[in-house]
Amino acid sequence: MASPTIPHEEVTLRHHFANDEQQKDASTIGMWVFLVTEIMFFGGLFLAYFAYRQAYPAAFASASNKTNLWLGAANTTVLICSSLTMAMAVHSAALGKRKLLVAFLVATLLLGGVFLGVKAYEYHDKWVHHEVPGAHFECEGCVDAGHAPLFFSLYFGMTGLHATHMLVGFVILVILIVQSAKGKYTAKWHTPIEMFGLYWHFVDIVWIFLFPLLYLIDRSKTGLK
Amino acid sequence: MITAPPPVKVTKNYLNEKTGLKSWLLTSDHKRIAVLYLIVVTAFFALGGVFAGLIRLELATPAGDLFESNTYNKVFTMHGILMVFFFLIPSIPATLGNFLIPMMIGAKDLAFPRINLLSWYIYMTGGVFTLYVLLTGGVDTGWTFYTPFSSSYSNGYVVAAGLGIFINGFSAILTGLNFIVTIHRMRAPGLTWFRLPLFVWAHYATSAIMILGTPVIAVTLFLLVLERGLHIGFFDPAYGGDPVLFQHLFWFYSHPAVYIMILPSMGVISEVISTFSSKKPFGYTFIAFSSIAIAVFGFLVWGHHLFVAGQSIYAGLVFSVLSYVVAIPSAIKVFNWAATMYKGQVRMETPMLYAIGFIGLFTVGGLTGIVLASLGMDVHLTDTYFVIAHFHYVMVGGALLGYMSGLHFWWPKMFGRMYSDVWSKVSAVLVFAGFNLTFFPQFLLGYMGMPRRYHVYPPEFQVFNVLSSAGASVLGVGLLLPAIYLTWSLKYGELAPPNPWGATGLEWQTQSPPISENFEVTPVVTTEAYDYSTVQEVVHIG
Amino acid sequence: MTMEPRSFQLFPDSASNFAPSVDGLYTYMVVISAFFSLLVAFLIVFFAIKYRKRPGQGVPAPINDHSIGSMILEIAWSVIPLGLSLVMFAWGASIMFTESRPPKDSLNIYVTGKRWMWKIQHLEGAREINELHVPVNRDIRLTMTSEDVIHDFYVPAFRTKADVLPGRYTTEWFRPTKVGDYHIFCAEYCGTKHSGMIGWVHVMTAEDYDKWLAQGSGEGSMAEEGESLFRQLGCANCHVKDGHGRAPNLYGAFGMKVDLADGSSVRFDEAYTRESILYPQAKIVAGYDRIMPTFHGLISDEGMLKLIEYIKSLGDPNGTIQEKDLQSEPSNIQKTGTMMPDQSEMPKAPAAKTPAAPRAAASTTPTGTQQ
Repeated sequence: MASPTIPHEEVTLRHHFANDEQQKDASTIGMWVFLVTEIMFFGGLFLAYFAYRQAYPAAFASASNKTNLWLGAANTTVLICSSLTMAMAVHSAALGKRKLLVAFLVATLLLGGVFLGVKAYEYHDKWVHHEVPGAHFECEGCVDAGHAPLFFSLYFGMTGLHATHMLVGFVILVILIVQSAKGKYTAKWHTPIEMFGLYWHFVDIVWIFLFPLLYLIDRSKTGLK
Repeated sequence: MITAPPPVKVTKNYLNEKTGLKSWLLTSDHKRIAVLYLIVVTAFFALGGVFAGLIRLELATPAGDLFESNTYNKVFTMHGILMVFFFLIPSIPATLGNFLIPMMIGAKDLAFPRINLLSWYIYMTGGVFTLYVLLTGGVDTGWTFYTPFSSSYSNGYVVAAGLGIFINGFSAILTGLNFIVTIHRMRAPGLTWFRLPLFVWAHYATSAIMILGTPVIAVTLFLLVLERGLHIGFFDPAYGGDPVLFQHLFWFYSHPAVYIMILPSMGVISEVISTFSSKKPFGYTFIAFSSIAIAVFGFLVWGHHLFVAGQSIYAGLVFSVLSYVVAIPSAIKVFNWAATMYKGQVRMETPMLYAIGFIGLFTVGGLTGIVLASLGMDVHLTDTYFVIAHFHYVMVGGALLGYMSGLHFWWPKMFGRMYSDVWSKVSAVLVFAGFNLTFFPQFLLGYMGMPRRYHVYPPEFQVFNVLSSAGASVLGVGLLLPAIYLTWSLKYGELAPPNPWGATGLEWQTQSPPISENFEVTPVVTTEAYDYSTVQEVVHIG
Repeated sequence: MTMEPRSFQLFPDSASNFAPSVDGLYTYMVVISAFFSLLVAFLIVFFAIKYRKRPGQGVPAPINDHSIGSMILEIAWSVIPLGLSLVMFAWGASIMFTESRPPKDSLNIYVTGKRWMWKIQHLEGAREINELHVPVNRDIRLTMTSEDVIHDFYVPAFRTKADVLPGRYTTEWFRPTKVGDYHIFCAEYCGTKHSGMIGWVHVMTAEDYDKWLAQGSGEGSMAEEGESLFRQLGCANCHVKDGHGRAPNLYGAFGMKVDLADGSSVRFDEAYTRESILYPQAKIVAGYDRIMPTFHGLISDEGMLKLIEYIKSLGDPNGTIQEKDLQSEPSNIQKTGTMMPDQSEMPKAPAAKTPAAPRAAASTTPTGTQQ
């Protein structure tokens, strides 16, 4: 923590930057550029999803009925709430309210934990029902079983990649909680909190795309004739 | 009136300020990181070159008498992987770009110095995976990893190779991210966009491609690894997948990747031609915007690798016409470079020799590219030696020669030493001659119908293969010499003045080598770029 | 059958209908490329010499604005190259359009690529490995598939190639114009013996070709072989002739539009046939139940081609060819007409309903016929 006699800038301004504003701008642009790369990363999977859904609509429609709609919806709610708590954390940091900041960060962590817990349950459930692609794949009641594994591969690939991003977020969140508790972030400088907020919102948005594609589409068709 | 330069002494600089292995391996100085990259990139280039030599040795005779087929297939695969991912993509950006971009814009370092160091460690990790593959038996899929061969049939270490490239990709992403933020936010006062050196414009465009394209190859390799490990059917028809989808995903990155390889070289050439003509680049604005246009259009042409792959002809039409459009900005640059020399004061130093070699060879490479962009022509020529000749003209005759030009141009700045004038010019000539002898016959072989990736071939193809292999030995010698005289110059070369070539640009206003902070005082820019009237009379004439 | 080594040739033989136009386009491209390469090289060398720095030459004058250039030149050297290269685009596109539309009455020959050989099947039953006999001046269409990885069937003398994909049919056509023997090369890397996956096209006069065909291979024609597979696998049990069986009518169906249960439609071609046999639940015909079992693993790629030829031979909508087929292969067709398959060879099918008439596509209650 900066002592009263040392200007704050000297503690947090890195030597190659001319001033705080340049440093903050650089961090912000950097994080947005990084998120663009993440969009391209997930983009490849979305492309594969659309290509195969278009090629095998019957298989995808029936396989997507195997996802648990209520768990998916619950998870969506949980994740949106965690984005809210994260936004509140950033707001608290901007107001210099250390205790609130820590509280909201912890809330975000807990909500994220609920999400991952539900996901783990879903994965386990799929494993038990042999809906994991591979040598032992069996899809009960799936239409066009030859192409059904494609849906499940994409399900695991996309949600798995998303979950990995959440786990990385967790690790960073823990570090931020510890640092916040020590008072490292002030109203004047809390850039890491803001940057992490951007990342967390991005992870949330990816889920908001995944949920309709994997859980909602073709739910009304109870399988084709 | 030209006078002998005052004797230059070795002063405190970024090389000698701190010593010891730890000060190098934990550095955050962009200049030291550039030197770290220079060392490893050279090592991987040498390794890739050894494999090239083995290929040409085998192909001197029609029969497979040097290796058995599996070994040959692993050799050309390794040659491709090492050259594309571990040499061509990082070469200029990670060595010259890292060193020069902060200096050219008057900054003390890149925006994220520690991320810069991280990118080097990530590169090394990817390299370790690849070396592991090499030492444990290799991979035989070709650098393109087409499925279902790579996912279900190859007996090589596809997963490890895929992971190595996947990891290596993050090095490029972080480098590109760093450059974009730095160029946007850390320019010195008075340095507007249109006062930037064209080298910086070129790297800005390159960085945009790196950040947008590399994640796609990452996810593609991720899917390939999943498929191979878990027998999921993304790309294998036996499990319901589509092998052509892999090709689309792969080339969506790998085509823009070739522009990652050439744009930085073009940036070098703009600097070198201008300096050794003592003239501002003709059509500066057009050259700058051409770099951006190449980056944008480069993302729209990937399907020209799939003309005979089962893609619809209507898609083929779109990709073909766009491939012609993307060639135009490159043509604009070539003509602008020639016009720069018009009524200039031309000096034929070694960097300039490489630069004019670049212009000639890149022109041939680019023209043969538009030969291939024509649908009916590509049907005959795709997957033959014509394609190999085309991309070696742009990658070696273009990208590598640009790298050599840049290395020779900025060597005095980076290391404070001049290198042998005679030997460097001899090497440049050997490289140019050897290169043409190696690869021109391959155009002819391609039209004759010799397919690529062939271990054995019908005897009527032998004549041109022998010529090509002979050329390769000349090229090899030409490329070996710089390793010797440049290394020699580090200890015994004449000490370099701040601006031996009479160039403009902020980096030439510092001592050679620069101090760790780059500038004692942050420069303020008040003149336009490339104003040669402000440069002192040139003191070093070869 | 190894051929004599060829003598050195700068250009391959011009042996197909495509070769002259491809060679013509190439000549145009070589001339343009040579012109621009030499122009650029000349300018650079000329400027390097003419404008070389001379001793005593002072520093250049200061520049005032941020750019020197000439808009006219920039436009000229953008538009002219674009125009010249769009000619390349249009010419090449036109060649490829022709290449992608095999003439209707082309002679169809099947090619199956497999590591590391080419298996050729002629309709009449002749089979060959790594060799392709064709008559000169006839339009030949190759319908190709792979049993394993991606290959490519390339004949340099014909200036044409196409990738050969697993799980799919691709086509390539040409009209050989010169009698002779020409290289076949696999042109998509496929593993160890990729460079050994080569062969010869033998272009013969029409009479020689007929003579060669007549030698046959000891088997019946592809359609005949396909018909016996149709019986053995029990297809006729459901696919009965009059179309009132549990399964859609196949007689006269090949090449026609098929209406599917989800409202879309598809053309009854080779790919659809193959998909329906291996992934029968992917596309259900309107009015039929989802009851066809899969034959994945029960039919080889070559067998599949025979079945396809048989189904093709089941007549066209005019009915005339059907009559002709009945007459030319009386014994076989009579048998298939009655279709009493051997029960033990019939693959298991779930208990199925027999609708009296085709139902409307959108059915509300699936009735446990899912598989």
